[in-house]
Amino acid sequence: MYDMFQALLQAPSYHLFFEALLIIWIFKLLFFSKAYAPESVLTEKEKEELIAEWQPEPLAPEIPDDHPVLMAMENNIITGKPGKYVTINGKSCVNMATLNFLGMAGNPSVEAEAIKTLKKYGVGSCGPRGFYGTMDVHLELEDKIAKFMNCEEAILYAFGFATIASAIPAYSKRGDVIFADEGVCFAIQKGLVASRSKIKWFKHNDMEDLERLLIEQAKEDKKNPKKAKVTRRFLVVEGLYINYGDLCPLPKLVELKWKYKVRLFLEESLSFGILGSNGKGVTEHYNISPDDIDLIAASLENAIGSTGGFCCGKKYIVDHQRLSGLGYCFSASLPPMLATAAIESLRLIDEKPGMLVELRENCEKIHSKLSDINGTVIVGEPISPVKHIRLAEPSTDRDFDVQTLQKIADLSRDNKVAVTLARYLEEEEHKLPLPSIRISVNNQLSDEEIDTVFTTLSEAFQKIITH
Amino acid sequence: MTIREIYNTHVKEEFPASQTVQALESVTSKRMTDILSEAPFSGSVTEQTTRIPVLTHGNGLHQENDRLKTKLSVTNKQRINGHRRSCSETPYGRSMQKKSEMDIQHDKKWESRFYESFEDPPIWTSILTYISFLILILVGHMREFLKKLGIGRVKNISEPNIPGFVTLYQTWESFYHWYIFRRGKDTLYRAINSVPGAEMDVMDRVTDDHYWTFRYTGTSTRVINFGSYNYLGFSQNTGPCAEAVEKSVNELGNAICASRQELGYLQIHKELDDLVADYLGVEAAITVPMGFATNSMNLPALVEKGCLILSDELNHASLILGCRLSGAQIKTFKHNCMEDLEEKLKEAIIDKQPRTHRKWKKILIVVEGIYSMEGSIVKLPDVIRLKKKYKAYVYLDEAHSIGAIGPHGKGVVDYFGMDPKDIDIMMGTFTKSFGAVGGYIGGSKRLINHLRLRSHSAIYSSTMAPSIVQQVISSMNIILGRDNSRDGIKRINQLKWNTRYFRRRLQEMGFIVYGNKDSPVVPMVTFSPAKVVYFSRYCLEHGIGVTVAAFPAVPLEKSRIRFCLSASHTKEMLDKVLEMTDKLGDTLSLKLSRKEPAEYGDSEDQDEEK
Repeated sequence: MYDMFQALLQAPSYHLFFEALLIIWIFKLLFFSKAYAPESVLTEKEKEELIAEWQPEPLAPEIPDDHPVLMAMENNIITGKPGKYVTINGKSCVNMATLNFLGMAGNPSVEAEAIKTLKKYGVGSCGPRGFYGTMDVHLELEDKIAKFMNCEEAILYAFGFATIASAIPAYSKRGDVIFADEGVCFAIQKGLVASRSKIKWFKHNDMEDLERLLIEQAKEDKKNPKKAKVTRRFLVVEGLYINYGDLCPLPKLVELKWKYKVRLFLEESLSFGILGSNGKGVTEHYNISPDDIDLIAASLENAIGSTGGFCCGKKYIVDHQRLSGLGYCFSASLPPMLATAAIESLRLIDEKPGMLVELRENCEKIHSKLSDINGTVIVGEPISPVKHIRLAEPSTDRDFDVQTLQKIADLSRDNKVAVTLARYLEEEEHKLPLPSIRISVNNQLSDEEIDTVFTTLSEAFQKIITH
Repeated sequence: MTIREIYNTHVKEEFPASQTVQALESVTSKRMTDILSEAPFSGSVTEQTTRIPVLTHGNGLHQENDRLKTKLSVTNKQRINGHRRSCSETPYGRSMQKKSEMDIQHDKKWESRFYESFEDPPIWTSILTYISFLILILVGHMREFLKKLGIGRVKNISEPNIPGFVTLYQTWESFYHWYIFRRGKDTLYRAINSVPGAEMDVMDRVTDDHYWTFRYTGTSTRVINFGSYNYLGFSQNTGPCAEAVEKSVNELGNAICASRQELGYLQIHKELDDLVADYLGVEAAITVPMGFATNSMNLPALVEKGCLILSDELNHASLILGCRLSGAQIKTFKHNCMEDLEEKLKEAIIDKQPRTHRKWKKILIVVEGIYSMEGSIVKLPDVIRLKKKYKAYVYLDEAHSIGAIGPHGKGVVDYFGMDPKDIDIMMGTFTKSFGAVGGYIGGSKRLINHLRLRSHSAIYSSTMAPSIVQQVISSMNIILGRDNSRDGIKRINQLKWNTRYFRRRLQEMGFIVYGNKDSPVVPMVTFSPAKVVYFSRYCLEHGIGVTVAAFPAVPLEKSRIRFCLSASHTKEMLDKVLEMTDKLGDTLSLKLSRKEPAEYGDSEDQDEEK
């Protein structure tokens, strides 16, 4: 200590002076550095100017009142029951537009059940499932669906779109990986976005492409096993694709699922109640046990003729949604009268599987007939109740094709066959399908009606395309 | 914004609640008496002072107030600035600021009758609550440990270990479910088998394994319904609505099976769209079959990347999801705090977009009318003032407020006497007040035309079932008085009376009641999770059905009982519940309020009328 003091005394004064300067400089840097920061703060006046200058874009773009889609909605006033026939502007047309495949919307016994429930429960349930919105009919419907699908448990949603869109983000979180078919419907796409997971798209129904992606993922996992241990992997497909009318190759998908250890989610909105000998969907069609699928989701708004949707599967999987499914927890439950309508529809399908056979026959008949229309392509499986009629030689201008098809639809509607274009949010779809007229088949069509549909449509096509 | 973030902001900002702030509130509410005397809709001052109910703990504070009064009124603004409570608790404090004459007059109109309260518990209550959660967590960990040793097991469905597969759930989620939520599981998901009207039949269920699973016994218990959102009492199985619905099922069937743009748009839907527009006083409206989806499917059509959403931190999950799906940048502001909102608006416009520094395309303020968990009402006049000043757009979700408040039952817009055209997007649901299901969006014709083309719901989901449409049309016509009866206005007035009576009595008893004095959702804070569960069970056993909200729906230390009032409740029903609550409040020592109850100016007048 003494030595140090001596050394200090002996040091030259310029040295001491220099060290003192250094110390002061360090202090300044430490405590007063802000004072030296360049002034970038705006004055109040400048701020106000900036605020005054800012002009937002309009909330919604100007849309002409005579936009074709708006006109189509405004001018085609539908009255009465949309069953096998639908009344448009007072004209009764054969209904080839609504997805009422089994005629459940408009079925007298289903309606009677709904009214019976109305007289007991009123209309709304006035609350989410957690807060006294659960009614015995909801529990019954969940039970019936689970039994129908041979699953452990089912969970009921109040809205078809929200079902799969809520189910996917309940399991798949940020950091997880989802393999999805490019052709999946919009509800699934929104579910994928909401999950914030990494999405890997494979070509529509292309199993080789899927396997390529899976191998890629497996390689990546090998490189980083720590990360792979917490990265959940999902595979999301549709049973019967609404945008294409074709089936997913389920046996191959299940094989890949076990091979590459991914969880398989199957969306059956279109196939539930339609495919398989008892209407249990693609699993029954391919004779695959539902246990091989991790989660099956479907809407009750098509074949069942009600509102809402459900997910079913193993109890430990489905139960998770009761606390994590956003559309389940935070939404009012399904009105009881619609729940009993669904119960009755299910009972009818269970009791009379004959109607499924009728439907399939009609689908095949219409498929073979429509294939004869010149200048068109029919997309989809013969057994699919949804068929897309596309132009065989589409032009490069999508809008022009849409207009052409709209003219055809209008003309055939004037000739008493109601059809609709498949509508899409063109900017938002992941992969936009080509424009098409979407035909939906129902089991009640007679052969004569099928003939009328065919002649009307082919005439309309000939007339518009040749012009 | 995740629940955890909400929780963090709450815990961080609510905890250092000082008594001075409460003193301030008393001062401001005292000043209120003066303002009220000028307000056209309140009773005379003398009447009010006699009506000021007995204070439980407030006397000491009162004297202190007088002393502080002069000093505080000057520094009030500075002191409470930046504190969350300042935003939610002292709306009248603003009138002390220097403002132009016009502003003061404008503010007075609504602020003078705007009463909201979010009282903090005494500090030891919070500490005890945290300790109780800590015990639950410790016990949980102990059981997990024992489970690993092979003693005891989770009886519920635990995830089977499939070799090679990554587990589906994270540990914390299951842990919370198994060891904390499970213990109070019986207070939620109660099934009923009757109309959810003023009374309902709750199906009895028992558990043989400590709430892991339940078994329905087949019997049911009749209880008074304080759990359903049946504000105007339209949940009925008889009467004009039910008759009209029956007719519509016979005429139009039970489902449509097609989307709006794909031949699923019936005459009756058009009729409903027009009626809703008429009801709201806007140019046009669009309806969606599910309330949740109205938000999540339409918000993405309104804003996109490059836009900014300013969202209230307590917004409903559907709004959060809709915002997230839209791809826009999301910022939250403190609950109902207009100062914070203004700050964020200013900041956003000046700082522009992060990274690219482009100007924002649009700024959308997303608020709710009544916040169902807090019972608070949005400060709409301020929101509109800010929106105009900063050229932002407003999205108002009236899920709980439409029908439930306002002299004509037309929601917050009606409540504050504002022009509906000032709000760009009016959203609401049919689930609550109209006894149906679904939602709507109202606004300018231009906006609605855009949504008819671009809304997800217009293309990818089937339209509302005719029966539901009819229920909305019928109930809406009744509220509008178009059925040539005074039934609608009677319901509206009854609900208002019920709300004020119920809230006032609870406050008089000394409970901490959250929210606005006119909100028909009445959250009563019990803090401890055990108390909330006990309260709910006891009520059910004694013929009352209430709902509970606990973490993660609300902040950890603020578990609450929610009473949802309805026009179909009679005074006897309210009294029965109040009596029981009073008794339970003593048993559980829930009467923790140290605050003067609110003024309920005109409720007494109606009382006499009745």
